[in-house]
Amino acid sequence: MTTARMREKIAFFVLGLITLLVVIPILMIIFYIVKNSIGSISWEFITQSPRNGMKEGGIFPAIVGTIVLIIGTMLFSLPLGVLSAVYLVEYARDNFFTRLIKLSVVNLSGIPSIVYGLFGFTLFVLFLKLGTSILAGSLTLAIMSLPVIITATKEALESVPLSFREISLSLGATKWQTVRYCVLPYAIPGILTGTVLSLSRAAGETAPILFTVAAFYLPRLPRSLFDQVMALPYHLYVISTQVPNIPVSISFATCFVLIGLVFLMNLVSIILRSHYRKKKLW
Amino acid sequence: MEFAPKIETVGLNLHYGDFHALQDVNIKIPAQNITAMIGPSGCGKSTLLRCFNRMNDLIEHTRVEGGIIIDEHDILKPEADLISIRRKVGMVFQRPNVFDLSIYNNLRFGLRIHRMLNKRDEVMEAIEHGLEHVGLWQELKDKLKKSALTLTLEQQQRLCIARVLILKPEIILLDEPCSALDPVSTLKIEDLLRVLKHEYTLVIVTHNMQQAARVSDYTGFMYLGKLIEFGNTKQVFTNPMEKLTENYISGRFG
Repeated sequence: MTTARMREKIAFFVLGLITLLVVIPILMIIFYIVKNSIGSISWEFITQSPRNGMKEGGIFPAIVGTIVLIIGTMLFSLPLGVLSAVYLVEYARDNFFTRLIKLSVVNLSGIPSIVYGLFGFTLFVLFLKLGTSILAGSLTLAIMSLPVIITATKEALESVPLSFREISLSLGATKWQTVRYCVLPYAIPGILTGTVLSLSRAAGETAPILFTVAAFYLPRLPRSLFDQVMALPYHLYVISTQVPNIPVSISFATCFVLIGLVFLMNLVSIILRSHYRKKKLW
Repeated sequence: MEFAPKIETVGLNLHYGDFHALQDVNIKIPAQNITAMIGPSGCGKSTLLRCFNRMNDLIEHTRVEGGIIIDEHDILKPEADLISIRRKVGMVFQRPNVFDLSIYNNLRFGLRIHRMLNKRDEVMEAIEHGLEHVGLWQELKDKLKKSALTLTLEQQQRLCIARVLILKPEIILLDEPCSALDPVSTLKIEDLLRVLKHEYTLVIVTHNMQQAARVSDYTGFMYLGKLIEFGNTKQVFTNPMEKLTENYISGRFG
């Protein structure tokens, strides 16, 4: 064997090994969580309210709370994010103003989540008088999710070949018809990926919901958008640090449910993606 | 050369940023004929073609001056309606760029965006007529639901032409429509163009001088953004008036 081929083999081996290293942490995390939560995970745990100072019972209200917050976040951030990305990519001319917007979007993603929490608290809870509520929490999480959705949508739109737009426009379509029929359908998989990524992050954040929506202990389910809710990440924080003598397995079981929820969202996005890949006209 | 022009440019100048891509172009393009634009790469022939349906609007920092008169209307005027211009002036591109949709939906696309023909049988009739026009109906009438990407390149290019025809244009711009096709398919598309010229005004940009000689009635030769010569194809190819044209046609450069 020549040296060049030897080196090629070594390079492949090293690269493969390094890639494997990336997989190890996630497998270990999952293994560790599953191993430690196995005693507490049960049907009861995910369908009942906490009892006896949260030492017994389940985490149902926190699951509902987190799901409600994810949906609320999506309702605000998805249209806002996608539409502004469409504007930036398809309509906006390249000038000082649009460059400023693009720069702000990039910088927005670098802001620590606790800052979003405080911002949401002052703007939505106090100034707009929404109170600590699902509405205030969803809006705060939505602002936090926006940059990722905008960036992902922008990249998805930019990767649609210019020729698709050309054909449509040359047939006399308006810009909006072109975007609607010839660009967005091809960008949907990319948009979905970005959206799920940012919503997964939103689902797991504690800081932004700390002052805006999260309840320490609230066994009943929310009745309106102005109610507080329990949420998984905050609940996890509470039972791990604020309540003494809680079995560790309950914390890990809560982790397990949170991760399971995020995986479920990813699964839905994979299914939707393959659906839209097959079906280009919508 | 006496004819009523379908398209006429008056002192047309186009700048891409600092680049002066079209320099004072004055051309008259006759109705119901095939006009070929020839010239070496980067001479501005595609740019000129893309002026006729204002596709250059898509490119940022483009500045156009002068006039382009189609049927007595200056399409460069700010009040000109882009959508009706592009419906009247269809375009066929270099690569057969069908949508990743069924044959049926490729053809329906234009009808849909212009809100023409809502009834199913009317749509079907238009599609049949369009496909028949480009000689595809017999081959494809049972496969309309199939993806257009399963067709051969020649069929795809014919489909693209049908997609334009369905909107009932008056002018068809063809930007090197055969450069992705093999010689046999090229000849077939050229035959189609000869049929279409009885109803439509065709303008074709081509790299291939022989193609221009074979298919066109009038030929314009462009060089470095200027229209050097325009005339009857036979005259331009056998007895060019300009030295530059002669040098290009005889293969001395280009």
